[in-house]
Amino acid sequence: MRGASRATATAVSLLLASGCGGESKKEVPGITVGHVASMTGDTATFGRSADQGIRMAVEEINAAGGVLGQPLRVVTEDDRSVTEEARTAAQKLIQRDQVKALLGEVASSRSLAAAPEAQRAHVPMISPGSTNPKVTEVGDYIFRACFIDPFQGAVMARFAANELKAKRLAILFDFKQDYSVGLAEFFRDTVKKNGGEIVADERYTSGDIEFRAQLTTIRAANPDAIFVPGYYTELGLIAKQARELGITVPLLGGDGWDSEKTLEIGGDAVNGYFFSTHYAADSDNPRVQEFVKRFTEKYGGTPDAMAALGYDTAGILADGLKRAGSTDAVKLRDALAQTKDYEGVTGKITIDPQRNARKDAVVLKIDGGKFHYYRTVSAD
Amino acid sequence: MDNFLQQLLNGITWGSIYALIALGYTMVYGVLRLINFAHGEVYMMGAMAGYYAAHALGFAGAPSLLGLVVVLAISMVACGLLGAAIERIAYRPLRSAGRLAPLITAIGVSLLLQNTGQLVFGADPKFFPPLLESHEMLRFGDVAVSNIQLTVLITALLLMAGLEFIVQRTRFGRAMRAVSYDAPAAALMGVPVDRVIAGTFVLGSMLAAAAGILVGLSNPKIEPLMGLMPGLKAFVAAVLGGIGSVPGAMAGGLLLGVIETLVTGYLSSTYRDAIAFVILVVILLYRPTGLFGAPQTDKV
Repeated sequence: MRGASRATATAVSLLLASGCGGESKKEVPGITVGHVASMTGDTATFGRSADQGIRMAVEEINAAGGVLGQPLRVVTEDDRSVTEEARTAAQKLIQRDQVKALLGEVASSRSLAAAPEAQRAHVPMISPGSTNPKVTEVGDYIFRACFIDPFQGAVMARFAANELKAKRLAILFDFKQDYSVGLAEFFRDTVKKNGGEIVADERYTSGDIEFRAQLTTIRAANPDAIFVPGYYTELGLIAKQARELGITVPLLGGDGWDSEKTLEIGGDAVNGYFFSTHYAADSDNPRVQEFVKRFTEKYGGTPDAMAALGYDTAGILADGLKRAGSTDAVKLRDALAQTKDYEGVTGKITIDPQRNARKDAVVLKIDGGKFHYYRTVSAD
Repeated sequence: MDNFLQQLLNGITWGSIYALIALGYTMVYGVLRLINFAHGEVYMMGAMAGYYAAHALGFAGAPSLLGLVVVLAISMVACGLLGAAIERIAYRPLRSAGRLAPLITAIGVSLLLQNTGQLVFGADPKFFPPLLESHEMLRFGDVAVSNIQLTVLITALLLMAGLEFIVQRTRFGRAMRAVSYDAPAAALMGVPVDRVIAGTFVLGSMLAAAAGILVGLSNPKIEPLMGLMPGLKAFVAAVLGGIGSVPGAMAGGLLLGVIETLVTGYLSSTYRDAIAFVILVVILLYRPTGLFGAPQTDKV
């Protein structure tokens, strides 16, 4: 019996050894692309949506013959929505999987943690949804497929002034998230420039569940609208507690709200709120309609902005690889930097000299448990 | 003024959750001189038990007071059993091992429950089903009282009154006080010390479970690590009130909730978490017995 189990153990270890050997030979054909994503944790829908979008795009690209005669292969590494883990995930993908390009993260804080690794290893990285300006400032290998916070913050400040005629504005932001801090800052500046007034400026920490103290202070300042540039998890709780305190003015936000979870957690409390984001699923653009149709067939449910951005991010990468004509890091970087008028589902994308995508934003209104297209705000 | 009253109300509601958790710390400390650091995780398990019970029994989609009561009862029973099991498995074998070993074990149990929680429930936050439709109930000037806040407050007060009754007016309560006063002497008088200690864990865990449900009701986001911070804060509340003192834990919890809310409302939420630990340090330096604790003389 002992002999038998020893024999089994030897067999198992031989199998394991041969398994490892096979992998290290890296004879697998294809171009490996890494995706750093929050597949679990506080902002899990961001990572999952982006991953679905990326994988759908890659499937379509491969079905059409791949790029440079090879299929694309996506390896996803979960960072559990934790900032420090994003760095580790990027390291793993770069060193273990030898990826040719890195996609991700959605959240700015986590992209900022991962980007230095990509820059150091000279692996081109494209973030689908990080809107904080600092992300691409990390280096010349870091790109993004979305607009940036100064634009998004200004969009909502102008929207509040022009559409809602709101003069007195309150802010409630998450001071632990670069995204939220940045958005609040640009919103504040634009409001002041346009002659509005910030009557309350309150903050919270990601993970908080109790916001009644800040909301009571905001209520006392009697604002016309409240800007809450946070992520969907906290927003749902904030909305509910605001309604309980009898706050009836609309809450405004950014693309951090763009998740089915906003509707699930917020329920009736989020009705009548507005937020800026990258695309509207109910837009009449045929390109968007086609994308929504195929996504729904594949995964069920309506794709949110992160799914659309993930889809475009993979598309931009494939486009860059084709123009580069090789997977060489320098050539790929230069090709990505020259991306011009790429027709994505989130709009016509041109990469500017700061490696940001220039494109329009849309404002969505929440009503009756659904997001509705409300306005397009152009980039110019 | 209205604004201040609203903040006070917010603080008391928030503090009543701390108070319920703090009671478990203080009772266990009373009978065992043990800081049960796994207590925050019992609170997490209470919320999780409530979440699954509400979904299994179909209360998730249909808010009703009956649903709340049933879910609360199920969760309290489940956590009562969990508390008894923790005591039996982790602490009782170490009863005579001095004070350091059980303390380290408590931290171990806490980590075990956190990680088991992540494994079983998943690391993603879950959204506690709305067992009550939230709406504004009362309004005095600008002070809005929602039915949720009122439910949290009333439930917490009823549970605390119930506990006070058990401790002061029942045989079990008397036995508990006797063990707390002098365990060996109580044993000599025929008090079943083991059973009393187990009962204390059950009571404390039931209150923590109730706190979990009430948080699910008023702040409906739950996850396996949710017990960490409230656990520490409730510990501070227990020390603030005087660890070992039941009314002290109630007062300490409410006071801490009010202080945190006022600090967030009038200064900045940046200091919300810091203030609790500043209080802990100040109390330990200047009044280690807390607000309600009697000064202790060491036995020779």
